[in-house]
Amino acid sequence: MRLELRGITKTFGSVAANSAIDLTVEPGEIHCLLGENGAGKSTLMNILYGLLTPDSGEIVVDGEAREFKSPRDAIAAGIGMVHQHFMLVPVFTVAENLVLGHEESRGGPLGWLDRRKARQDVKEVSARYGLPVDPDALVEDLPVGVQQRVEIVKALMRDAEVLILDEPTAVLTPQETEELFTVMRGLKAAGKSVVFITHKLNEVRAVADRITVIRRGKVVGDAEPTATARELASLMVGRDVRLVVEKEPREPGEVALRVQGLKVRDDRGFLAVDDVSFDLHAGEVLGIAGVQGNGQTELVEAITGLRPAEGSALLRGRELVGATPRQVLRQGLGHVPEDRQHDGLVPDFSIAENLVLDEADRAPFGNALMLDLDAIAKNGADRLAEFDIRAESAQTPASSLSGGNQQKVVVARALQRDPSLLVASQPTRGVDVGAMEFIHKRIIEQRDAGKPVLIVSTELDEITALSDRIAVMYRGRIVGIVPPDTSNEELGLLMAGSVGEDGSGQDAAELEAEPEAETEPEAQSEAQSEAEADVPAPRAASEEAPAEMSAADSAEESSETADE
Amino acid sequence: MSNRLKRILVGITTANTVTVTVLAFALALVIGGILMIVSDQHLLHEWGYVTSVPGDAFRDSWDKVSGGYADMFKGAVYDPDAPQALRPIENTIVNATPLVFAGLAVAVPFRAGLFNIGGQSQLIIGAVGATWIGFTVSLPLPLHVLLAIVVGMLCGGLVGGLIGLLKARFGAHEVISSIMLNNIALGVLAWLISTKAFHDPKRQDAISKPVKDSALLPHIHGSSPEVNLSTLLAIVAVVLVWWLMSRSTLGFRLRAVGSNPDAANTAGISVARTQVYAMLIAGALMGLVAVTQVTGTLSASHAMTNTLDNGIGFTGITVALLGRGKPVGVALAALLFGALNAGGRVMEASTQPTVPHDVVTVLQAVIVVFVAAPMLVQEIFRLRDVRRTRGGAAPSAAPPAAVDSAVEPVV
Repeated sequence: MRLELRGITKTFGSVAANSAIDLTVEPGEIHCLLGENGAGKSTLMNILYGLLTPDSGEIVVDGEAREFKSPRDAIAAGIGMVHQHFMLVPVFTVAENLVLGHEESRGGPLGWLDRRKARQDVKEVSARYGLPVDPDALVEDLPVGVQQRVEIVKALMRDAEVLILDEPTAVLTPQETEELFTVMRGLKAAGKSVVFITHKLNEVRAVADRITVIRRGKVVGDAEPTATARELASLMVGRDVRLVVEKEPREPGEVALRVQGLKVRDDRGFLAVDDVSFDLHAGEVLGIAGVQGNGQTELVEAITGLRPAEGSALLRGRELVGATPRQVLRQGLGHVPEDRQHDGLVPDFSIAENLVLDEADRAPFGNALMLDLDAIAKNGADRLAEFDIRAESAQTPASSLSGGNQQKVVVARALQRDPSLLVASQPTRGVDVGAMEFIHKRIIEQRDAGKPVLIVSTELDEITALSDRIAVMYRGRIVGIVPPDTSNEELGLLMAGSVGEDGSGQDAAELEAEPEAETEPEAQSEAQSEAEADVPAPRAASEEAPAEMSAADSAEESSETADE
Repeated sequence: MSNRLKRILVGITTANTVTVTVLAFALALVIGGILMIVSDQHLLHEWGYVTSVPGDAFRDSWDKVSGGYADMFKGAVYDPDAPQALRPIENTIVNATPLVFAGLAVAVPFRAGLFNIGGQSQLIIGAVGATWIGFTVSLPLPLHVLLAIVVGMLCGGLVGGLIGLLKARFGAHEVISSIMLNNIALGVLAWLISTKAFHDPKRQDAISKPVKDSALLPHIHGSSPEVNLSTLLAIVAVVLVWWLMSRSTLGFRLRAVGSNPDAANTAGISVARTQVYAMLIAGALMGLVAVTQVTGTLSASHAMTNTLDNGIGFTGITVALLGRGKPVGVALAALLFGALNAGGRVMEASTQPTVPHDVVTVLQAVIVVFVAAPMLVQEIFRLRDVRRTRGGAAPSAAPPAAVDSAVEPVV
């Protein structure tokens, strides 16, 4: 199927999200759509998928102009879309998810679901395109990469000829990303076209047949996959971009944050962080690498007071474990939460209000009784300029900003308080190259000013670019602390749980007790995680009582000190 | 100049909150008119032969409906024939005053993400406190009233705070716990009225002792029905709540918690504590309703009865909804409802055959339904889409912003 977009224009108010965009997707090609956040990629794809109607322009499928009023029309025309946030029902099985909306039943309208047929269809499609999925697995039990595969199978079962993948690699490990690329190449071989939306340059070059770069709602050029990353970046941002974070080597200072024997439970009560210890020095960036869901989130939540924990985390001698988020913030923590939408921003609040969310009751923004609206507005305007947040004014609601600009707001808030400790989770998630460069520079500035910086990221490139040391987390433990020049392959192996040469002795010993992790990581991981989840929980529970007492005591102590 | 005119025209024909509210009111009047016609046997009979003699049906229906609404207007706003031309507007204000408190008592927690459906319980317990102070304590006039007001607010606030605490500490959903507390409070009220401590020995029916004269809210203007101190308090409450929501640190926290509790928590704002405060404030406002009900103008006996809440706890929800949760909006909505109530009574008394006061209830309900479904009004009147004219602003953020700009300058 040959798909053409001709002169697509879409304006929101005075802003042209797309202006006269032309795009042709040939059958059997992987077409890459490259652009910054807010460049208009998503708008364009939402138009193509029938979620938005263009102001002008037309969509031409195999030479015939079509109008998509809803995704239903787009699906009927052979267009499939895998959204960044999966549209799956977690408590349904894979097969149930795949037939949802197209259920075949037996025995008339009140009949029963034909599960056997559904299962067969799934198996047939997944075999044909080399996308192994277990039709009977519950979606919520599947790793993110497999859920994504389910989404792809779903689109293929609707006979999609053109598959749109919206930032598909954002949630994947390097290994999973490679697997996805293999799948994409397989689809291409089967004559399907893939539209691959991303802002990651190396991925584009690895997999694309053709590249279309969009900037500020316009097509600014086509590129070949042979183009260098630097060329692509400057095309995308409109200026020269440095892809490497420039930083001078720096002698770290004294220990600023000492984490010892930290144990944190996740929402289900399983030990998500299992006896983690590390030191973070002043003037040092410690990067925590790892596949999402290996305890990084819980580790950060424990340090920032958002989650109860056992063990200790001393920030310049003051206990953070057991303190409230407010007490931790009052000790000068600058926190960039992992998920800006969920934990970072109040959508109805203006940019200015969001910038003072954690300090509205303190000078200069106000006192315990009332706000100083002028100071808040001025701070908003200043940060808008300083961080190049693209918005009409600081009074614009945060919800109307693009993702990258929202992230800048969150980062600006963490940095404006001149933090005594900077904890940044996924500091550049979903952020374009230009903004990424900027945020990275500001983080290194903090380090150079002698601040301790803790970075958590699932992007290996980001970790290696920023960190002075890299701690790799796997299943709640730090399996190794390595220098930043460690190769990606080695880090990838550590992230997958096998022991690197630089793995610390203790962790290596722990891992040797589970040799199967090395031999058959895929097949064993599920069974293992179940076993692990079941076994340690009750054991730890029996130990918990005295430990909790001391945690509560220290919490009281720290709250007293913080109140001073 | 023509540009400006054009902008105003576009503003009016866009489905913004003010336009929608006005049109909802118009639609409600039309539906109310139809109800008046349908409920009149004589008119129905005339409509039966409308094809042969169309004049009768149309003329009489018009007379009926226009007469009804004219009476309502006379009862609510201004009556040129009455000896006291200002009496109707006083009536409206007296009726609106408790609704202002009740609307705010729903609006404040709503901004903090809580649905205060338990106004009834807060009102009742507040009334218990205010009444008890009213008939037991002997104090000089200004002190006694003040004490009754403060105790009423405290008692209401405690019940509100309890709902907040149940939610914050034990995760009990505030809708469930407050509905249950409504029933508990009704039971407590019925029991208290029957006890020696509260029941009026001079009366056979279920009524408490009346409060002493020194505990009655002093009148400000007129004689009867009087605008009293509570109206001043209502104005103060509107200003205070406006200040709380837009200027105070607590209001900032309330709004943050209401919009995204996770982000608020991450920023060190205690969600639990903030929600308890919101419910405390709501309860205290409901306590003020209680004070107006017991020691105010509308209560003839100045005592507690089983029906003292008069549904105001629930009407507060519709007032808050109509006022879009903004203090000034709530005040305007309360005035509208107060006018409908005051006018409805006059209409019921003066039209022949009677137009029942229930038409007013229907009018209120219809207005709220249309306001709650702005898309419906937009379709009926073919209005411009707010999102289209307001540009890229997120649709969820647009309506409150529109209210801000439209209503706030009134203050």
